[in-house]
Amino acid sequence: MRKLAISVGLLCLAVTSLSCAHPASSAPAPTPTAAGAALVEVGGGKQAGALGTTLSQPVVVQGNDEQGNGVSGALVSFRGPGHVSFDPPTGLTDSSGQFTTNVSLGGMAGRYQLTAGTMSKTQKVVELKIEEIALGHQEVLGRELSEQYCARCHNPESTAERVSNYDNLETKPHPFTEGDTLNKMSDADLIAIISHGGPALNKSALMPPYGYTLTKSEIQALIAYIRMVSDPPYGAPGIVYAQK
Amino acid sequence: MQTSNENPRSLWNRLFGDPVRAFGVVSIVFLISLAIAPAKHHFSEWRHYQQSYLSMIRGRGEAVTLQRHFQGGIQQIWHPELGVVDRCTTCHVGLKEASLSDVTVQPFRPHPVIPHNPDQLGCVMCHRGQGAATTVEEAHMSTLAWEQPILPARYIESSCGQCHRAPLTGTPQLNEGRHLISRYGCTHCHTVKLPEGGTLKPADDPPSLSHIADKTTREWIFAWLKDPQAYAASARMPNFKLGDDDARDISAFLIANSTPVPGDTLTLPTSARKVAADPTAGASLYGESFCATCHAVQNAAGNVVGGDIGPEITRIGTKAKPEWLAAWIKNPRGYDPPTEMPHYRFADEKVATLTTFLQAKADPDFLANVHLDPATPEQVAHGKLLVTEYGCSSCHEISGIKKPENFAPELTRIGSKPVAQLIFLSGMPHTLPDYIAGKLRQPRAFATGLKMPQYSFTPAQVDAVTTALLSLNDRSQTLPPALRVPGIPESSYQPAGKAGQLMNDLACFSCHRVNGRGSDLAPDLTWEGSSVQRKWLEDFLRNPNTLRPALIRRMPKFNLKPDEITVLSDYIMTVYQAPAFDRDSMPNSGYPPVQVERGRQLYYSKYGCQSCHIVDARADKGYVGPTLTQVGSRLNAAWIYNWLKNPQALRPGTIEPNRNMAEEDARALTAYLMSQKGSGRQEAKK
Repeated sequence: MRKLAISVGLLCLAVTSLSCAHPASSAPAPTPTAAGAALVEVGGGKQAGALGTTLSQPVVVQGNDEQGNGVSGALVSFRGPGHVSFDPPTGLTDSSGQFTTNVSLGGMAGRYQLTAGTMSKTQKVVELKIEEIALGHQEVLGRELSEQYCARCHNPESTAERVSNYDNLETKPHPFTEGDTLNKMSDADLIAIISHGGPALNKSALMPPYGYTLTKSEIQALIAYIRMVSDPPYGAPGIVYAQK
Repeated sequence: MQTSNENPRSLWNRLFGDPVRAFGVVSIVFLISLAIAPAKHHFSEWRHYQQSYLSMIRGRGEAVTLQRHFQGGIQQIWHPELGVVDRCTTCHVGLKEASLSDVTVQPFRPHPVIPHNPDQLGCVMCHRGQGAATTVEEAHMSTLAWEQPILPARYIESSCGQCHRAPLTGTPQLNEGRHLISRYGCTHCHTVKLPEGGTLKPADDPPSLSHIADKTTREWIFAWLKDPQAYAASARMPNFKLGDDDARDISAFLIANSTPVPGDTLTLPTSARKVAADPTAGASLYGESFCATCHAVQNAAGNVVGGDIGPEITRIGTKAKPEWLAAWIKNPRGYDPPTEMPHYRFADEKVATLTTFLQAKADPDFLANVHLDPATPEQVAHGKLLVTEYGCSSCHEISGIKKPENFAPELTRIGSKPVAQLIFLSGMPHTLPDYIAGKLRQPRAFATGLKMPQYSFTPAQVDAVTTALLSLNDRSQTLPPALRVPGIPESSYQPAGKAGQLMNDLACFSCHRVNGRGSDLAPDLTWEGSSVQRKWLEDFLRNPNTLRPALIRRMPKFNLKPDEITVLSDYIMTVYQAPAFDRDSMPNSGYPPVQVERGRQLYYSKYGCQSCHIVDARADKGYVGPTLTQVGSRLNAAWIYNWLKNPQALRPGTIEPNRNMAEEDARALTAYLMSQKGSGRQEAKK
């Protein structure tokens, strides 16, 4: 009698814990009609968006066969750490072998490593890592300031609205993603060069001082943004969220 | 004790048969019940978190400092005037420890840097949730007694908007949401009362439909009503999902109700129409007149390219009648006096050229399947009924139909709407943000007979509007006035006299701002009279040339008459003066060559101005600031000097950095820049 009661109790616990683990699971994954040998990123990686929000561009991956041609009908599934969500999380590749998903990042600022996976013909799991960046308030503010004050020279890419001044400069500014150079500079160095201009670090006078234009906290925000988007990542601990 | 039902009598006897034993049993029960409270305290969730925090910090380098900062027991932030009682810091122990930035486990992460100190406003002000609770579930989730769960990070900027009605940096999503609400005219139907008084005003300009028959055909109205985005991808008019019969009747009513405006149609003389034969003339006139600054066109790749001040004109030829279009281009104020479109003073040939060019932007497929029989009086009457029912006149002026009051639910406190009052779709999470976002995505899915039309928002736009709507809540309405940062009220500045009429006619405020009124597309002109020299201003108004090499939106040529240029220049030079300095306090020429040379050296070496500006068109390449090749003929020396001393004082937000320049450097640079008279002056002299 007691054994029965215990087993019923355990069963109840198991059911509740299972139902907790899979809250309102979505529609079952479609059945794949083909299998890919490799996954490659087509677009949408290394984006920076405010934490919790949907990234402006969808992430697109392509399932390829051994020859590198797109495979249609292969099942691709995405997963990520923390509260990252995908819309849709799984699906079949389209006629050109591509699968597109909208990614919403988690609620903590930092780098997120997403994993796209598919099953090969030999039942091996093929995975692709994609990195995205979630910006906290400070970094969002830094990005806004960077767009207003810095991007005209520091971003070599031109858009219709903002023609880059990068090519006009004799001494080339460092794009903010250039981690190889910027990661070697300490926060104090960055504060000095932003506040007092290039000559503060024996660099070009073409970099003007912004210490009388931006506030201290604005300069901090800019540095937070620069650190967050640098590639390779800035070595400060605690900003990489690996898959747990 | 009484639960054992096998042999109650013997158990009872065993426990209470003897008075001493009974006393003992009662005492034990009493002691146990007394121990419940301390035990509950001891095994409480928050205690568990505090203990794991302590064991976590023990292994860290800065353990001693962290240990010293740590305070055990229930922690509380209390602000009676805000109604804040937050015990969140009881479990979120490391909130203020910047050194814990590598910690990724909650509840121990430090708070990211924000402009406010958590002690100042508490936690629930921004994050919602139940601040007084001391268990995770009660604090974070929605429970029977507490409807406000933690606000998802996706919408967190809405909390900034509770206090900050004024535009804010660092909250792009909130700003975008507010922009969309005013741009899509949500407040034509939904009232939003502002805590500082008044209501939120829409910033769109839906056209009057009282004279629509002059402008377009019934067939076009029918097709547009059926699917506005099929006509123009960027159209802001929502889709009312009308059936064929309803669209037929509304179009019948609008045409029947329309009255002509004298002079809003124009048949050009045949001589003018012959000139329009040159096929490339239209495209170049369209480009020269910078129509694309306001109007967009969808290109072959499907991208909508151009400004969004005026409507998209990809298929304008299918919509506008040629004689109306000609009259509109000649003088838009004849049809719509307050329009944002400037009155270009085009000659008839140019009007014909542009009309022909625009008329060719047609899409015959758009109206291919629209065949309407002549309207019957019943259809017209039914159309009028529908127009009233759908609240068309909330946005559009329609003669004979009054603008309805409170046509749609008020949204003043939508961000605090109790979840119990909401009806959710099946499968939808039962939270307020999900409800608002769902309503924006599919307004009519929530019940039958709903009238809210379908908008064509992208997912990011839905999130932005939801964020802005969540900021309209009880707290935003009941904030202590000291915390409120009110929005900037729309200025009703109106320049006086003839110049004022001229500025309205040219729609200067569609691009420029003066004394707080207008748009930020082009430079603020409030102090233009102190900035520029009169000669240059007159030349510029006659024939605007660009100052910035990389700009795609430029001042168009309005073909002004000489007396109009005089009136405008007089007014700008006299009225639009900076109070901080006298324009004539420094001479505009005659600086000693030594000083000029010193300025040149400072320009190229110490201050590196060439990174953004061009003085020598052959050698310099800077694209960021305006070209300075003829700055000595354009600006006043006093303006340049004061600008160099503190650019932000003359134009807040300008990206020219304040160099904290020494007096003599500023004077030398002014001397050098004033020596740059350029070739423009010689031409002007001739």
